[in-house]
Amino acid sequence: MNNENQQLDEAVSKLNIVPGTRHFFWVLFKSTFLISAFTVGGGMVIIPLLKKKYVDEYGWINDKDTLDITAIAQSLPGIMAVNASIMLGYKMAGFMGTMVTILATVLPPLITITIIAFFYDLFAHNYYVQMILKGMQCGATAVIIDVGLNLVGKLFKKKLLIPILIALGTFIASLCFNVNPMYCVLVDAIIGLMLLRDPKYN
Amino acid sequence: MNILLLLYWEFCKIGLFCVGGGYASLPWIQAAVVDDYHWITMTEFIDIFTISQMTPGPIGINAATFVGTKIAGTPGAIVATLGFITPSIILCLLITYLMKKYGELSVIKGTLNGLRPAVVALICTAGLSFIWLSVWDTETIPTNFADFDIKGIIILLIAMIAVRKKVSVITLLFGSGIVGLVLGLII
Repeated sequence: MNNENQQLDEAVSKLNIVPGTRHFFWVLFKSTFLISAFTVGGGMVIIPLLKKKYVDEYGWINDKDTLDITAIAQSLPGIMAVNASIMLGYKMAGFMGTMVTILATVLPPLITITIIAFFYDLFAHNYYVQMILKGMQCGATAVIIDVGLNLVGKLFKKKLLIPILIALGTFIASLCFNVNPMYCVLVDAIIGLMLLRDPKYN
Repeated sequence: MNILLLLYWEFCKIGLFCVGGGYASLPWIQAAVVDDYHWITMTEFIDIFTISQMTPGPIGINAATFVGTKIAGTPGAIVATLGFITPSIILCLLITYLMKKYGELSVIKGTLNGLRPAVVALICTAGLSFIWLSVWDTETIPTNFADFDIKGIIILLIAMIAVRKKVSVITLLFGSGIVGLVLGLII
């Protein structure tokens, strides 16, 4: 935990945008809005991108809180990306943070769909539009891989057997057997509740 | 009842009951907007699904916007979206409050300790299925690995290098879009 706080301090001092200030809210809105506007795909796609921005680039929140929030967002009803942005915003800057992140997450699709409803054919069949989307999809892929590998590295560095087994089991279940993430999360929560209460896992 | 109020209320209910996210929410949306109220037809519903697969944004917000626009114009779109996210806001803030109060209990900590590795795994799965989609144009494990899209590989490699060089996420998304367009023009 100390180590993570230290990481946060370093990142904050590097960019010097302190949560709670006016400049912070503007940067938070702008970056969340742009990520939401140009990321095709659901919650598990947009969250690594937000994580890259909030944790790695600005140091506004740490890995552990982001993963906790992602898990909770997955388990609650509603749209996962919206759930996550509500809780991430709150964690970073309280109620104002929530208002900013939720607006920045919801506005882009609202605007895009309103426009696209008029230009559906152009959008669906234009080769160049398709290529731009394809490019952005590859860009998002690179970020997800980077975030995934980074988190896996940290998980293995802790050298705790059960968490590694949980990750492996969940990975195989969701990739090879297409198990709904909801059920994965539910089973892993029960395993955690029974086996991981020892403080060394915190 | 006022149509805007009805839209708000119906999407509130969808937001409260659609558990599981993404495609898992589709049946709930369909039941309300297609089957119960006939606000849109099944064909239009499939169109929304197709659009959502290639445009940014969660499918739920896209559906709410589309249906809202059709029923009551832009105010409809805003009201439907607001309805959809109202339960989320209440539940998420409630959970955050409870976590603050009870988050130090060992049962809660244990549960979260089990969930964290799960999320790492789910992010990796999302990453892999995005590789399938970018390079082999399929959402599941490719059946024929030799049948790849060279453009996808090139953009992905450039993007990977950019990530390593710590290029900002947004610059990266824009840049990859431009690289995609350029490759589309020359190949």
